Amino acid sequence: MKKRKVLVANRGEIAVRIIKACQDLDIETVLVASEADTESMAAKLADEVVCIGPPHVTLSYLDLAKIIDAALQTGADAIHPGYGFLAENPELPAACEKNDIVFIGPRSETMQQLGDKISARSLAEKNDIPMTDGSKGLRSFKDVEAEVQKIGSLPVVFKAAAGGGGRGMRIVTEQGNLKDAFDIASNEALQVFGDATLFVERYVQNARHVEVQVIGDNFGNLIHLGQRDCSAQRRYQKIIEEAPPPNLPDDLRNKMLDAAVELTSSVGYNNAGTVEFLVDKDRNEFYFMEVNSRIQVEHPVTEEITGVDLVKEQIQVAFGAPLSLNQEDIDFQGHAIECRITAEDARDSFMPSPGDITYFALPGGKNVRIDTHCHQGCTISPYYDPLLAKLITTGNTRADALANMETALAEFKIEGIETNISFLQFLVKQLEFAAGDIQVNWIEHTILPNFVELLK
Amino acid sequence: MTAANKNDLVPIQATVTSVFYRKPRPGEPPFVEEGDHIEEGTTVCLLEVMKCFNSVSAGVKGKVEQILVESGDLVEKGDTLMLIRPE
Repeated sequence: MKKRKVLVANRGEIAVRIIKACQDLDIETVLVASEADTESMAAKLADEVVCIGPPHVTLSYLDLAKIIDAALQTGADAIHPGYGFLAENPELPAACEKNDIVFIGPRSETMQQLGDKISARSLAEKNDIPMTDGSKGLRSFKDVEAEVQKIGSLPVVFKAAAGGGGRGMRIVTEQGNLKDAFDIASNEALQVFGDATLFVERYVQNARHVEVQVIGDNFGNLIHLGQRDCSAQRRYQKIIEEAPPPNLPDDLRNKMLDAAVELTSSVGYNNAGTVEFLVDKDRNEFYFMEVNSRIQVEHPVTEEITGVDLVKEQIQVAFGAPLSLNQEDIDFQGHAIECRITAEDARDSFMPSPGDITYFALPGGKNVRIDTHCHQGCTISPYYDPLLAKLITTGNTRADALANMETALAEFKIEGIETNISFLQFLVKQLEFAAGDIQVNWIEHTILPNFVELLK
Repeated sequence: MTAANKNDLVPIQATVTSVFYRKPRPGEPPFVEEGDHIEEGTTVCLLEVMKCFNSVSAGVKGKVEQILVESGDLVEKGDTLMLIRPE
């Protein structure tokens, strides 16, 4: 029988991760690479490499036609999009469906339904999943005043209907600032997304980011693989993730798992996905945020506590296999923490630091896992994101995993470029972090100012 | 006040290996053209590195004598981007 062939439409550590999963499954691989990536670790590991254009992402990794062409030319049976780039663009699965290529992810229709904020919210509403009190799309300030009255108290937050990543967002704590904030946010939304429509929601001041991993197959089976806490963020970017979330009350935990399974089952979700929630620490409630219809950066912490290889599982279900596990088979063991090691200079306001890695020494030991595409002598390009490696440590308890992380961070040596390792070391040593008692603003409000002070 | 002689050209250099852009976004006019008179605080270009855009200010008052790189080019840390004649 002819071997199956998967085209990997990504780069960096996730391309390496996918290629290795394919190798384990005895599947051939084709990597699409920009001119900047033809010598990458993923390119060396893949069976075939197709150069799809110049380094700039719009001319290579975001060029859908080139990726479909590469798949057709090489006779690939399937495309794995990884995360980022085209991973959540419904046009990619649509193009795969048209060209008889298996897409390793959900159907384009599902992706569209979950990717659009308004339809995702109405789907959550239909499934009785809690959301923060808030409005439908707002256009005039009169509507805003009425909505804020309904919400009942400040603070509130304006969000762009078409938005994401914090753009067009404004938090309002005083009534007098409401009008200004509305004007600025709607103007920014118009500039950035071409649509001035805003939402207004009650702003959760003391919030945790907790998400549920799910995976479904083409036969209507869907299970969850527990939760991850990703409250350690800077500028809406996750820095540290862990599983299971510490100090999460059982009733809340179970309700969130049910909500995530219900929501994704209701659309026949048929690959790996993540349902993101905000947990209000003061009210002990949770609210639906969004569904990410792809594999996520932080998937290894789930793999480490469940023993399930999520990437292999998503490839197999995409090729039409039923899920290899039932919900009862999922057993959670110990604790896992992931730190994102990036080429950002912790001592210089996290200024990106491309260049050549002249020395690269990895930590080791039985409780350490590293997902990386870097090695001594490799070049970190200015064209792509700064993620160098994901350092994952495990332990029987959270304290063990955390102690292992401190050791591993101290052992991790990268020279030639600047990194964020010194900041991660500072972060994991904090008492609040050790206590598992942080919220999404903690890094920016408390830790960064203290870190900057320490550098002086 | 720079130590340079009035007749010497002052280089504006790339502070980081990055992609050089002359315009704030596609379709808009460039920040500066050759021959423009600029202030110390005038933004002269953008440097994009790892999805992060940094605006570069002239750092010196004067006339833009020469722009040495094309918009969209990769520049290495230390490369000269423009030459300014101090005024």
